[in-house]
Amino acid sequence: MTGRPAGRPLVPAYLSTGGVARPSRPQLERLSVLTRGDAPVPAGLPAAALALLDVLEGGALALVEAAALLRLPVSAVRVLAADLADRDLVLARAPIPPADRFEPDLLKRVADGLRALKH
Amino acid sequence: MASAPSSTSASPADGIHLPDTARDLVKILVAGPFGVGKTTLIDSVSEIRPLHTEEHLSEASASVDDLAGVRDKTTTTVAIDFGRVSLAGGVVLYLFGTPGQERFRSLWDDIAYGALGALVLVDSRRIDASFDVLGLVEESGLPYAVAFNAFPDAPRHYGEAQLRRALDLEPGTPMVTCDARDTNSSVDALLALVDHLIATQEAVSR
Ligand SMILES: Nc1nc2c(ncn2[C@@H]2O[C@H](COP(=O)(O)OP(=O)(O)OP(=O)(O)O)[C@@H](O)[C@H]2O)c(=O)[nH]1
Ligand SMILES: [Mg+2]
Repeated sequence: MTGRPAGRPLVPAYLSTGGVARPSRPQLERLSVLTRGDAPVPAGLPAAALALLDVLEGGALALVEAAALLRLPVSAVRVLAADLADRDLVLARAPIPPADRFEPDLLKRVADGLRALKH
Repeated sequence: MASAPSSTSASPADGIHLPDTARDLVKILVAGPFGVGKTTLIDSVSEIRPLHTEEHLSEASASVDDLAGVRDKTTTTVAIDFGRVSLAGGVVLYLFGTPGQERFRSLWDDIAYGALGALVLVDSRRIDASFDVLGLVEESGLPYAVAFNAFPDAPRHYGEAQLRRALDLEPGTPMVTCDARDTNSSVDALLALVDHLIATQEAVSR
């Protein structure tokens, strides 16, 4: 458990079995899916937070898409989205739902989907 | 980068949000040196006009300052472009154009996290420009395929064996030729990678 250099943990947070300090939510990735949550917008949110909520009004976006549209660094949107998710203003889910993870057919669906693009 | 789209509206155009059917978001890196055709390939496959993010080469320390609108003047930024294509079966494929220089390593690791694999573009007029990126891909352990982007004045006299030797490829690594401007050709290059991933998966689970 020691000696791993700085960087990503070997096991993504959502696969770890939990322990002393389970994070409130999985680590957000570039492809985490963000949607607008149900909570009403409180007064006094910073402009960047309001802009993120605004861009999610029209539907779901991958985190990296929100960053591109808002012209903010991915790292900044990670922080913003995690904070808003803690307040139920944003819902964040993993890029691949747990039920589909390690599903052997996923790659075949990618291949079939790509073949269908050809004309 | 000069070739990245220069303006994206903060109020998204129609079609920018994910379709309701989106279920599995997967990514493939389109990697290669400057000017090899990464953006062109992504553009020819993507359903959205490719977007880009501005990335700091030392991201972790920059995030808080950026939120406050304060930037360290010496921080280098690089534009990382990406495209998206919704496939049948609820899969949404993202293609990330990833520069292969050694100094992008920390950014590379972050972008590569969770990727299915990488399509490494090589310009046969300057093969050695792809050595760095091949090194990064191999170190990160990402499975990959190599696509020679066919520029009109590319030398035709190299044989496949010669190219493989020059790049020091494993016998099992797929190697194809593509025209990044052509959708079918770009899709075929991506398929060479994905079919390779499937074959590898089957070999492991057998
Ligand atoms: N003939 C030919 N030209 C190509 C092909 N792919 C790209 N080009 C051209 O090569 C130039 C560079 O392509 P880009 O797609 O911008 O390359 P890039 O890898 O994104 O470059 P950077 O983002 O600067 O690293 C453009 O002028 C393209 O039109 C190809 O398959 N055939
Ligand atoms: Mg480019």
